[in-house]
Amino acid sequence: MTFRILPLVLLAAMGMVLAAEVNYPLDAPGPDGRRPGGTLTRSMPAPPIANDENKDLKRERNYPDQPPTIPHSIRGYQIDKNGNKCLTCHSRANSARTQATMISITHYMDRDGQALAAVSPRRYFCTQCHVPQKEVLPLVGNTFETIDKILQDDANAAQKP
Amino acid sequence: MKALFALLKDYWGILCRPSVYFSLGFLTLGGFVAGIIFWGGFNTALELTNTEKFCISCHEMRDNVYVELQDTIHYTNRSGVRASCPDCHVPHEWTHKIARKMQASKEVWGKLFGTIDTRDKFLTLRRELAEHEWARLKANDSRECRNCHNFEFMDFTRQGKRASTMHSTALANGEATCIDCHKGIAHKLPDMSGVKGW
Repeated sequence: MTFRILPLVLLAAMGMVLAAEVNYPLDAPGPDGRRPGGTLTRSMPAPPIANDENKDLKRERNYPDQPPTIPHSIRGYQIDKNGNKCLTCHSRANSARTQATMISITHYMDRDGQALAAVSPRRYFCTQCHVPQKEVLPLVGNTFETIDKILQDDANAAQKP
Repeated sequence: MKALFALLKDYWGILCRPSVYFSLGFLTLGGFVAGIIFWGGFNTALELTNTEKFCISCHEMRDNVYVELQDTIHYTNRSGVRASCPDCHVPHEWTHKIARKMQASKEVWGKLFGTIDTRDKFLTLRRELAEHEWARLKANDSRECRNCHNFEFMDFTRQGKRASTMHSTALANGEATCIDCHKGIAHKLPDMSGVKGW
């Protein structure tokens, strides 16, 4: 009987020891740059909601098969089983009239690569992959380089010696 | 039937004979005052049925279309100007308003007999109801949109590239009207299969 509660007793004792020996501030600074100046326990005021970037200018893709981001606002666009607002401009039939980019041919294929007459159901919900962008700076910096940059650097490095 | 004719004939006789007891002044002034009261009362009642409060006093409107409106830019936006139900669904001009109000007697029928008194019934009928509104706005060149959105005062330079392209061509030459492209801007859309452009 006494052996059964032994682990619990040991655990409690260990917890007490650990709690007593904390030598770092419990209220540590917030994890990243999201809420500058904040600590874990402090609630900072939320930044204002940024506007959608609405310039209609295609953005560069970071890699060839990246789903292109949406260069315009899509507020209130309905995408459900009843209708798809995006396709009123971007579908095959409508893209000539609206001069919008036609969605890729892969969107008209089922998973076996068979071409379909209409958009494949698995590609129907545009915003699963394509998203609009806000007028904000990146929250977290990164050092991503495109493959072109790496190849260029490689070529430049090979020339030198 | 004979008795009814006799009754009508009696009343016609009263109307045709000159008045015996009432003066001309009383009759004209009285008629004038009664006219004001009846006409004013009629218009007041008409305007009462032309408010959002009246529309959403029925659960059919309050729980379906009004809820959807609340997410849209016609309900909440940065400048606080908003469109209420009758702004878009009832013509503002008197003649057209009366015509629409007479049509709306069908809606009273629908209310009395519960045509859309459940969510399922509403969703089933939604395409038909939407088509009525599309047809109305198409036929009157989106008059209710144009109560606020006047093409003459649109500044294409302040519009997005896509918007100004469309507005300066298709809309400007009368090829298309607002509702042709702007369907479902204030409410959710029904099944759009077969609708032109969708």
